[in-house]
Amino acid sequence: MSLFGVHYRVERKAIGLTLAIIGVASIGGLVEIAPLFTIHQTVEDAPDMRVYTPLELAGRNIYIREGCYACHSQMIRTLRDEVDRYGPYSLAVESKYDHPMLWGSKRTGPDLARIGEKYSDQWHVAHLNNPRDVVPVSVMPAYTWLLTTELRTDDLGLHLKAQRAVGVPYTDDMIANAAVDAYAQANPDSPQADGVIKRYGKATTMRAFDGNPSHLTETDALVAYLQILGRLTDAAHRTTAQAGIEQ
Amino acid sequence: MAVEQPDRDSYTGYLTTGHEWSGLKELDTPVPRVLYFFLTLAFLFSVGYWVLMPAWPLGVTYTRGLLGTDQRALVKASLQDAALERGVWSKRIETEDFAAIQSDPKLMDVVRETGRTLFGNNCAACHGVDVKGGPGFPNLTTTSWLWGGKPEDIFNTIRVGVNSAHPDTHVSQMPAFGRDQMLAHKEELDVVSYVYALSHPGAKDVDPVKVEAGKALFAANCTACHGPDAKGNPDVGAPNLTDRFWIYGGDFETIDTTVWGGRQGHMPTWESRLSKLDRKILTLYVVDKRMPGP
Repeated sequence: MSLFGVHYRVERKAIGLTLAIIGVASIGGLVEIAPLFTIHQTVEDAPDMRVYTPLELAGRNIYIREGCYACHSQMIRTLRDEVDRYGPYSLAVESKYDHPMLWGSKRTGPDLARIGEKYSDQWHVAHLNNPRDVVPVSVMPAYTWLLTTELRTDDLGLHLKAQRAVGVPYTDDMIANAAVDAYAQANPDSPQADGVIKRYGKATTMRAFDGNPSHLTETDALVAYLQILGRLTDAAHRTTAQAGIEQ
Repeated sequence: MAVEQPDRDSYTGYLTTGHEWSGLKELDTPVPRVLYFFLTLAFLFSVGYWVLMPAWPLGVTYTRGLLGTDQRALVKASLQDAALERGVWSKRIETEDFAAIQSDPKLMDVVRETGRTLFGNNCAACHGVDVKGGPGFPNLTTTSWLWGGKPEDIFNTIRVGVNSAHPDTHVSQMPAFGRDQMLAHKEELDVVSYVYALSHPGAKDVDPVKVEAGKALFAANCTACHGPDAKGNPDVGAPNLTDRFWIYGGDFETIDTTVWGGRQGHMPTWESRLSKLDRKILTLYVVDKRMPGP
């Protein structure tokens, strides 16, 4: 029991005891923080990674506001059944611009990490309006009001600014035009639509997500967000292809 | 108040802490042995874990552990094992044509079992677990197919989708005859009456005069897609209007809504999401679910 003899002696020296406490208490921090210094060696990069458009970011905020993450995860684990069901497992880099991340820890509903473009907009609109209309056994609540609630866009520039403060590369141009871009993305025939493509790239999904281009609703934003999930980068598909997992 | 000499409690035989307050002393009872046992066990386990599994960060790398465990390699191996297990039938489904597979009851058992899971995960959201669809989403158990009902046609539709992002996608849109003022309101009602009468022969609730007027309007506006006999055209995804199967509904009001506002359905492309084998199984599964007879 000499180890406890040491303790007996340390306990009697104030400075020694303080140093020992600091040493022990920092172990947890070191184990969590030290690996971050080499994150570029351990986490693959995705140069093709897109940022969320203002409309998608607004949809993400609605997703958080309505607590979707409480029942839906956005994290496909490296397990056979999950890869078989949902697609390539999630990579850290895919959450690069997720502030906060929405990996979730519980699945009452299915994982949504690769839900983007899996179903049509019409399905999402019908499903959000009343899940039982399309999935009779669903226990998901109906989000009827999203279809009739006008999306608030006047603060979208500030949301982009806040995201930039934590590392998302939004430009001044994007921040200044956030509200206009949100309208234009759900209204592809509008004269402002070209600006969205110019700022966010050709791959941007430009559609009247809720089926009605004349109104920008919260459904527009939420469906735009759901349809982009898993499609900001192809990194996961590339990694899986490298590993030789042929679907 | 430290006492230099160890003080032993006469009643329990244990040492005391040596402190005394108003005649009260505190026992220095030793920690139970079982606790040391489990502490040692946990300690040894950690050491073993550090040696065997990936554990410590080392600058630009980390200790990989003697077992060389890698979650990505594990999932890759288990997926390959699964593919190997399926190999006994997957090769045959991949290479043989639809008719050959359909005539082999053993292969069709596989199709029914695997297809049920695949359909449930990917297709049932719109087309229903029972494959019977719902308002806006086609019932696949009928003989009425927008883009052709032969296995080859269905296989292709699953691949490219309808109005999807695929470069070869099926493209179809019914114009909004009412909203875009291609038909006046009276004309619209005449066409709706005619279309309603087509699928409801002998219906008493429509005005024969309107039906007759609608017939001419139908010939002028609708036959390009739906055909002169209104039986549809699978090349442009135009539905047969003479049968009892409807995607959005065959009652007078719903037909009126359709003619007024047009329709454009969407089906995603599955080429990038599902393998050729999976799409072939789904095709066979859907064909197998089709109700017999016309």
